[in-house]
Amino acid sequence: MRSVAVVGIGKTPFGAFPDRDLRSLAVEAVENALRDATVDPKQVEAFYLGNFAGPSFVGQNHLAPYVGMAAGFEGIPCTRFEDACASSGAAFFHAWQSVAAGVYDIVVVGGVEKMTSQTTPKVAEILAGAGDMAGEGRAGATFPALFAMIARRHMHQFGTTREQLAAVAVKNHANGAKNPLAHMRKIVTMQQVLAGKPISDPLTVYDCSLVSDGATAVVIVPLEHAARFNPRFAKVLAVTQTSDHVALDHKSDITLFPAVKAAGEKAYKMAGLSPKQIDLAELHDCFTIAEIIASEDLGFTTKGQGGPFAASGATAIGGQIPINTSGGLKSKGHPVGATGVGQLCDIVMQLRGDAGERQVAKHNIGLAQNLGGSGATCVVTILEAS
Amino acid sequence: MPTRDGVVYTETVVHAAPEQYAADAPYQLAIIDIDGGGGRITARILNRAQIGDRVRFVEDRNGVAYYSK
Repeated sequence: MRSVAVVGIGKTPFGAFPDRDLRSLAVEAVENALRDATVDPKQVEAFYLGNFAGPSFVGQNHLAPYVGMAAGFEGIPCTRFEDACASSGAAFFHAWQSVAAGVYDIVVVGGVEKMTSQTTPKVAEILAGAGDMAGEGRAGATFPALFAMIARRHMHQFGTTREQLAAVAVKNHANGAKNPLAHMRKIVTMQQVLAGKPISDPLTVYDCSLVSDGATAVVIVPLEHAARFNPRFAKVLAVTQTSDHVALDHKSDITLFPAVKAAGEKAYKMAGLSPKQIDLAELHDCFTIAEIIASEDLGFTTKGQGGPFAASGATAIGGQIPINTSGGLKSKGHPVGATGVGQLCDIVMQLRGDAGERQVAKHNIGLAQNLGGSGATCVVTILEAS
Repeated sequence: MPTRDGVVYTETVVHAAPEQYAADAPYQLAIIDIDGGGGRITARILNRAQIGDRVRFVEDRNGVAYYSK
């Protein structure tokens, strides 16, 4: 197996863009990544595209060649990956395999979602399709409802408080307010979160990630060629993908994500690192409780202590392990299929020292965790600065 | 007949419903531990219950189990 590096990153802003279609967003992100990598589209050997629900959101199937031809790729394999909110994380994992195995030397991984052209109840219905539609879905579970039930159980077993959940939203909005590409660039207060519109008790609108349009892309090559493309490459130390039950009621303990624990443990082993050696992380905060549990599952704090850990400031910029310096899905936005690769772009920006006001002091090693559904897919990636 | 009664493992009250259930909102959704090791089920609760409460199976409506405290 060859070592692999990320030599180009590209993103569109995340937000509600009524005048932009899915393809133009995806092409913009790919073009940005190719420019960063000094790669011509004609050199690209394969295109892996993460997208959750383009057919439902915009009525378009066959998305990878649809985007790939518009981006200037010529006759190469173009394939869409779908693993709910971990779609582009999964695309990255498979693209990495192809380069590590020596099949390709230049690969583009994209992610895209165009969500805001649908009404909120319709979006809730489409997103619910990432759960078990014959069971929990039929009973009326939305994604906020599934994570609300996870939060309730975590609060019951570990004493996690409503305020500790809110602390995640407050922190991530404080970070996202400084991110020029974030969807909701505004700070929120603890009082605003607590008094927010109820979505699914105990979660208010401020505990939920945003419904966004946006696209992301990275270019990966073998490590031995990386410096030729971009001296500011990032080395892929580890990338792992795991799975678990889709239905929440099939899991024995919903206060943890077994797929996250397994993906994290495998990734640490692959990288030869412990959680203490990670300088910063982008965790999948689709809901505030998800960041708290991921911080436990990945070993940044002990089981059950994710709430106090978040409230202590340990996960803020300047804290022991800065989490979601980008603003996270909470403030930056969550165009579902674009999120996994977007996290990698955000980590690479930090590793390069390009994160501006959000820059962390120690930025040699970053971890990204991308979750699908209520924990049925997880992709963990560890990147190191060049 | 095996029982379908059980204990509330976790619950939430859904305010923002998916399109097909918008008329039901707000409604309580729960995961119930069915007595005697009968597994878990995601169901609706007709009158509000909390974690640990015993609930009684009432009826199936369109494939969805409804419970009462």
